[in-house]
Amino acid sequence: MPKDDGIGASTKRREDVRFLTGNGRYTDDINLRGQSYVHFLRSDVAHGRINGIDTATAAAMPGVLKIFTAADFAAAGGIPCGWQVTDRFGKPMQEPKHPILADGKVRHVGDPIAAVVAETYEQARDAAEAIELDIEELEPVIDMVAALAPDAPKVHDDLASNLCYDWGFVEENREAVNAAFESAAHVVSLELTNNRLVANPMEPRVAVGDYDPWGDNHTLYTTSQTPHVIRLLMGAFVLNIPEHKLRVVAPDVGGGFGSKIYHYAEEAFCTYAAKVLKRPVKWTSSRSEAFISDAHGRDHKTKIELALDGDHNFLAIRTDTYANMGAYLSTFAPSIPTWLHGTLMAGNYKTPLIYVNVKAVFTNTVPVDAYRGAGRPEATFQLERLVDKAARELGVDPVELRRKNFIKADQFPYQTPVAVVYDTGNYDATLDKMLELADYANFDARVAESKARGKLRGFGIAHYIEACGIAPSNLVGQLGARAGLYESASVRVNATGSISVYTGSHSHGQGHETTFAQVVADMIGVDATSIEIHHGDTSNTPMGMGTYGSRSLAVGGSAIVKATNKIIDKAKKIAAHLLEAAPEDIELKDGKFSVAGTDKSVDWTGVTLAAYVPHNYPLEDLEPGLEETAFYDPSNFTYPSGAYGCEIELDPETGKIDILRFIAADDFGNIVNPMIVEGQVHGGLAQGIGQALMENCVYDDQGQLLSGSFMDYAMPRADDVRGFTVDHSCITPCTHNPLGVKGCGEAGAIGSPPAVVNAAIDALHRAGHSHISHIDMPLTPSRVWAAMNS
Amino acid sequence: MSHVKMKVNGRDVSASVEGRTLLSSYLRDLLGMTGTHVGCDTSQCGACVVLVNGQAIKSCTAFAADLDGAEVTTVEGMANPDGSLGRIQQAFQDYHGLQCGFCTPGMVMSTAALLAENPKPTEEEVRHYLEGNICRCTGYQNIVRAVMAASGQDAGALAAE
Repeated sequence: MPKDDGIGASTKRREDVRFLTGNGRYTDDINLRGQSYVHFLRSDVAHGRINGIDTATAAAMPGVLKIFTAADFAAAGGIPCGWQVTDRFGKPMQEPKHPILADGKVRHVGDPIAAVVAETYEQARDAAEAIELDIEELEPVIDMVAALAPDAPKVHDDLASNLCYDWGFVEENREAVNAAFESAAHVVSLELTNNRLVANPMEPRVAVGDYDPWGDNHTLYTTSQTPHVIRLLMGAFVLNIPEHKLRVVAPDVGGGFGSKIYHYAEEAFCTYAAKVLKRPVKWTSSRSEAFISDAHGRDHKTKIELALDGDHNFLAIRTDTYANMGAYLSTFAPSIPTWLHGTLMAGNYKTPLIYVNVKAVFTNTVPVDAYRGAGRPEATFQLERLVDKAARELGVDPVELRRKNFIKADQFPYQTPVAVVYDTGNYDATLDKMLELADYANFDARVAESKARGKLRGFGIAHYIEACGIAPSNLVGQLGARAGLYESASVRVNATGSISVYTGSHSHGQGHETTFAQVVADMIGVDATSIEIHHGDTSNTPMGMGTYGSRSLAVGGSAIVKATNKIIDKAKKIAAHLLEAAPEDIELKDGKFSVAGTDKSVDWTGVTLAAYVPHNYPLEDLEPGLEETAFYDPSNFTYPSGAYGCEIELDPETGKIDILRFIAADDFGNIVNPMIVEGQVHGGLAQGIGQALMENCVYDDQGQLLSGSFMDYAMPRADDVRGFTVDHSCITPCTHNPLGVKGCGEAGAIGSPPAVVNAAIDALHRAGHSHISHIDMPLTPSRVWAAMNS
Repeated sequence: MSHVKMKVNGRDVSASVEGRTLLSSYLRDLLGMTGTHVGCDTSQCGACVVLVNGQAIKSCTAFAADLDGAEVTTVEGMANPDGSLGRIQQAFQDYHGLQCGFCTPGMVMSTAALLAENPKPTEEEVRHYLEGNICRCTGYQNIVRAVMAASGQDAGALAAE
C-alpha cells in the first residue's frame, strides 16, 4: 500500500485549505499602491472601418489619466502567433497582423478599440461611454464556407483571401486513400459540426501591470496557464522588453481549460501602460467581456468517410474539415486543427490509410484556439460517430466492429499512418472494463423498463486515444512550433532538510502542489509536508512551458524527477563521505542513507546540514549546497486511452435527454493521486456532456454573439450531470517517461461527446426512428424533438 | 457617497460607498476581504454568495448602501474558532469538492444556507439547491458528496441513475 503521501496515495490537497478559508490569492486579489484601472472600449460591430475616434470629451472626465488608441502602439509589435503551419502545397499559412488595439479596422464584436485608464474602474467605464466612434460598418463574414467564396468580404484586406491554410495530411497518401475508397466493399460517410464552445473558467481574466523605475523593471500579474510563455512572447515580440527586465506572475488561477494559455492584448496593454503612466494598471474582465475576448474553442465542420472491406476491416479514412480561426490567429490556433487533430485520426484502430484535409478560415468572430482536448475531441467525435454509424449501416454490433479493428495489446509500439507511434495501450481491456461496470449485459432489461414508463433508453460507446505530454521539441519544431516544449524544475534542499521545488508547470485546479510533493516525498522518503511546490513566477523558475495538453505530470513531473535524481546522486556522495564508504555502496531508503550490508547510516537532515555547514565535507571534489535544476524534453507523446459508456433516457414527448449513468474506463498509465485523477475525469465529463447536450456558442449572420452571457450560454449545473463511475485500473505504463504516466486532464472532455450522441441515436433507433443517422450537438430537446418529428 | 456600517463575520466594519457600489465590491475592494469572488455580471454563477442576516444572497446583485446595519457572513467566517476548517470546509477537502477554488466560496456559503434550512437534504435537494452555483472544474459529483458528508449523511451513496 502507498504511504499516505507517496505515489499512489489519495492525499488530500494542501492547496484546499487556503481556497476554503478565503485565503487564495488570485490576480484580482492583488492591488498595488497607486493602482489605476483600465476599461477597454470594444467594438459592437463585427466588421467595420474606423474613420475616427474622438476622445476629447472622455479625456476631460473626472479621474481619467489617459486614453490609448492604436496610435499609442505604433512602435510595438503585434500579438504573435506561436505556430506556423505549412499548407499542402508547401507554402506558409497566411498570417495577419494582430494589433494590441484595433488599427484601421475592427474585425469582431469585442475587438478592443480604445483603452481608458482612470483613478477608479467606474470612472474608466464612465469615460469610455463618452468616446465618440466613427465606424463605417462593413459586411461581415461569419460562416466558414461562405468566407471562402471568391467574392466574400475579406477579414484582412492585406491577405489574399480568408483562407489561412489548406492542409493535407498525409499528403503523400492522398491518391492511395482515394484508390482504397474506389475499391472498397463498403463506404460510410457522415457530415457533422463540432460546435463552437466558450471555455468559461469561473475566474475571468485579469491583468495587473507594474513598472519600477528604480531598476527599469516590469512586472505583469496575470491569469495565465503559461507565465514563462507570456514573458517570452510579450517581451520579445510585442513590447521589446528583455527577460531580465520582465517578471510575469500567475498566482492562484481560477481554472483555464486552454483559454488562459494564450498571450492576450490586455496583458501587453497593462504592462506597457504602467510604464507610460508610472502607475500600476489593472484590468479585470467582466464575464460579458470574457465571452467576446477570451479565445473560443472547437468550431469545425467536417465530412468524414470510412472505407471497409467485405469482412468489415477498416481500409481507409478520408476527412474534409473547415476550421474556424476567428478574426486573428490566437497563440496556438493553427496547430489545433492540424497537428493535434490529424495525427489522432487513427484512433484506436489499425486503419492503414488516412488522409485529412483541413481548411482554416478567418471570419469576423472571436479568435478560436485550444479548449480542453484541443483537436483531439474533434478527431474522436468524428471517428467514433462514424464507427457507430458504420456498425448500424452494416448491421453489426458496435462493440464487435470496434474490437475487430482495434490495435491489439501485442501490437505495441504501433506506428500509425498519421505519423505518431503509440507506445502502449490495451484497448480491449478498457472496453471490457467499461462494459462490466456499465452492466451492459443487462441493458436490454433496462430498455424494457424505460419503455414501460414511456421513455426511450439508449447506450452509447466511444473509445478514444489522445496524444498528451506535448512534446519532443525537435519534432514540434519541424511541425512549425515557434517554441520548445520541454519543462524545467529546480529542487532546492534547505539546510535543515526541507525542500523547495520550483516548476515551470502551472496549477490552476490540478493540485500540483499536492501531487508533485507526493512524487518527491516518495523518491527521497521524507514527509511530504516538508516539501513546498512553487509555480507561476518567472523570477524563481528557470523556464517553463506551462500547463496544457495534459502535460504537467508527464513532462513537468518528469523534470522534477530528473532534478530530484541529481539531488539524490549528490546527497549519496555527501553521505558516502560522512560514512566513510564508496558512493556506489550508499542506499537511500525512507529518508536514510545506509552503507549496503552494514548498520552504518546517516539520516536525510544529517546530509543536508553537511551540505550547507561543510565542516566535514569533501570540498575538493564536491561543491557545498544541495540544489539542482533539470530540463526534461520528452522523446514521444504519451497516449492515454479509454472506453466510455453513456446510458441515457430520452423523453419522446419533449426530446429531453437525461444522463442516467456514465462509465469512464481509462488507461492513464501509472497514477500518482487517484482522488485527483477521478476529479479531473469528472470535470472533463461535465464539459464533454455540456458540449453534447447544452453548450453552444452562437453568432447571428451579422456577427453578433447571441450566447454572450451565462443566461444564454448553457453551462452544465449540478442538476444536469450525474452518475459518473470512473475507473483507472487498466494500466499500461508509458514507456518513455520516468513515472510511467500518461496524463488525465482532457480525457473526459474527449471521450464523452461521441458516447452521449451515440447513446441518443441508439435510443432513437431502438424506438424505430431509424431515419435519424445523426443530430448535431448540442442535442437540445428542440433539436431532438425536431429530428423525431421531421 | 454614504457611510455604511455592517458586521462582517462578527467584526464591526464601515466604509464610504457610492450608490452603485455592490456588496461584493464593498467586501473585496473597500474591506480587502477577497475571499468572496465575482465570476459573472448577470447573477448566474454564484461565486459571490454570502449570508446576509442569515440568508444566502448573491453579493454582486446587492447594493452596499441598502445593507447598512446588516450582519454578513463570508467564507472567511466559516472556519472553527481555533482556525481549523469548519464542518463544511472540511467535507469539501475530504471529498475533493474543489479544484481551482474560484467557485468554492460561493459553494461553501450556499451549502451553509442549505443545511441551515434543510439539515439532511437528499441528493436531489442538494443538486437543486446548488443550481445557482456554477462550477467548471469538478462536474459537481464530489461537491454533492461533500455536502452530503457535511450533513452527516453517507457521501458514497450517490444515485447511479
